Amino acid sequence: METLRHLADGFAIALLPVSLMWSFIGVAVGTAVGVLPGVGPAMTIALLLPLTFQVDTTSAFMLFAGIYYGAMYGGSTTSILLNTPGETATIVTALEGNKMARDGRAGAALATAAIGSFVAGTIGTIGLTFLAVPVVGFALRFGPAEYFSLMVLAFVTVSSVLGASLLRGMTSLVIGVFFGLIGIDLQTGQPRFTFGLIELLDGVSVIVVAVGLFAVGQTFYFAAYEKQDQGPVIAVKDSIWMKASDWSRSWKPWLRGALIGFPIGAIPAGGAEIPTFLSYWIEKRLSKYPEEFGHGAIEGVAGPEAANNASTAGVLVPMLALGLPTSATAAIMLSAFQSYGINPGPTLFTQQPELVWGLIASLYIANVVLLVLNLPLVGLWVQILKIPRPILYGGILVFATIGTYGISQSVVDLVLLYAMGAMGFVMRRYDFPTAPVIIGMILGPLAEQEFRRAMTISQGDLMIFLEKPLSLTLLIVALLAVLAPAIWRLSVKYRVRSTPAPD
Amino acid sequence: MPPPARDGIYLGIGVVLFAAIIGWQAAQIPVQATYAQVGPTDIPWIVAALLALLGGAIIAQSWLGYWTVAPSPGGMNVTALAWVGLGLFLNVVVISYLGFILASTALFVCIARAFESKRPLRDSAIGFSIAFLCYLGFDRVLGYRIGNGLIENLI
Repeated sequence: METLRHLADGFAIALLPVSLMWSFIGVAVGTAVGVLPGVGPAMTIALLLPLTFQVDTTSAFMLFAGIYYGAMYGGSTTSILLNTPGETATIVTALEGNKMARDGRAGAALATAAIGSFVAGTIGTIGLTFLAVPVVGFALRFGPAEYFSLMVLAFVTVSSVLGASLLRGMTSLVIGVFFGLIGIDLQTGQPRFTFGLIELLDGVSVIVVAVGLFAVGQTFYFAAYEKQDQGPVIAVKDSIWMKASDWSRSWKPWLRGALIGFPIGAIPAGGAEIPTFLSYWIEKRLSKYPEEFGHGAIEGVAGPEAANNASTAGVLVPMLALGLPTSATAAIMLSAFQSYGINPGPTLFTQQPELVWGLIASLYIANVVLLVLNLPLVGLWVQILKIPRPILYGGILVFATIGTYGISQSVVDLVLLYAMGAMGFVMRRYDFPTAPVIIGMILGPLAEQEFRRAMTISQGDLMIFLEKPLSLTLLIVALLAVLAPAIWRLSVKYRVRSTPAPD
Repeated sequence: MPPPARDGIYLGIGVVLFAAIIGWQAAQIPVQATYAQVGPTDIPWIVAALLALLGGAIIAQSWLGYWTVAPSPGGMNVTALAWVGLGLFLNVVVISYLGFILASTALFVCIARAFESKRPLRDSAIGFSIAFLCYLGFDRVLGYRIGNGLIENLI
């Protein structure tokens, strides 16, 4: 009951006209940037974060929740109308959505994506509302050893889920942890890895790294390898009001997508890729029209879009309740909170409940605003998609400059930004995932802190991590997550070898 | 046995070198005798060791030919890369002297050129307007100035 009372307080603030105004601005800007081809949600949020730095906390949350959901939805619009998914989670949407658009059913595809996002986003936010408190209750019993082991598990799942191989994922993650170590060590006051630069004493900003890896890296990559435009933007010819048959084919996938997306997002398994693919696979199995899959089946848009949005809300459970970011967007969000002096985790719920519930209320509102704003403005998003690439990338880099130099007015940050861009280019060329860098950067220092606390308690005995049952369990799960894919590959290889080749 | 992957070997060497720099810098962190069981250098050492190990694994995999890299999507457009590089370089050099607006305009023109725009005058106009409007927006709406500069000081 206390949950609902806190939530009501949160809504009381979130429904003020000025809060609603920030929500509208957030959704509009988030969608507009998210729609840009090749710009995924994480990049959108990193680019737009500086907007939130000068307003008060409540307004910043409203703005933030709007940007978060707007960026998500913007990406699916691009997938449907242009077939260039901004990031992996929307690949599935492009599969069926773009086919629908080519058949003149772009309006229906956009509508089922929007309404599905709304339905699943709301279900996910409800899940967050009621799951957060029990998780907090559980987490309050965690000691430093348990926390550290939980973070080890998150490290492993994040680097094995994202990217082409565990080796690449781990490399990205460890590089990220290194970036996180730069600056003054909070426990001893020692500067570390500052290379004698005063600018590095405060550490490297996540925004600099994220915008560099995503935005600048992508500009390098596209300039080097993709010569021509991506092809025509498909016009929206049909109505955005879905037909009765569209509704009846959409509502079950929405609900199923939400039920798949939220729990997978909530466990520390890294992002929206798995739930969207899983939802697509399930809808294909359950559909009465399996032959339409691959040619524009509406279920193939409705389900994965719902799963995507529900997992977005699910990711916020470990982020808010445990302070554990498991996706790049969550990591960027966590760092934004830290810049306000807010440290997500169980104590935040007990000490500053009004902040947490204010944010959760903003998420509900942003979801509604998204629905109200996006479908009517579809014409505008189409225009944004038509921006020619020279101007698009020129503009993205100007914004990237604002996000770094604009805040700190330090040329060191600018040089760092471009160095990150060069690194992002190499990583992208050789299939290294960039998200683990961001996650490692945020999670690394937190894990170090817990490690040192645990070691202080145990007086330097590493066995503390194995003696606590919960900690031991988490470490075993982490070990299994590393070994399972390798064992599976070996067994497949063995089976392939033991059966004669077909030719 | 598949042939060794050259790209992968270079990449692995790069990662090992990176690890070496981290180790070298970790050695520079002064450690005071305190009662803490884990000092400020322990995790940096672990990070350096892990990264060296990962770099070694990349080299080994590439050597044995197990490192697979998606083929380069067409030839690399070096001219375009150079334009991007020039834009970034100009921006860094010029921004403290001329200010955000003019530096961004130069950046914008170079990036547009990298993406095969043939109209530098139009691009300058667009780049200038974007930078100018952003500066003004941040100043008037959000209340902070993106640095000083030639144009900025006139506003």
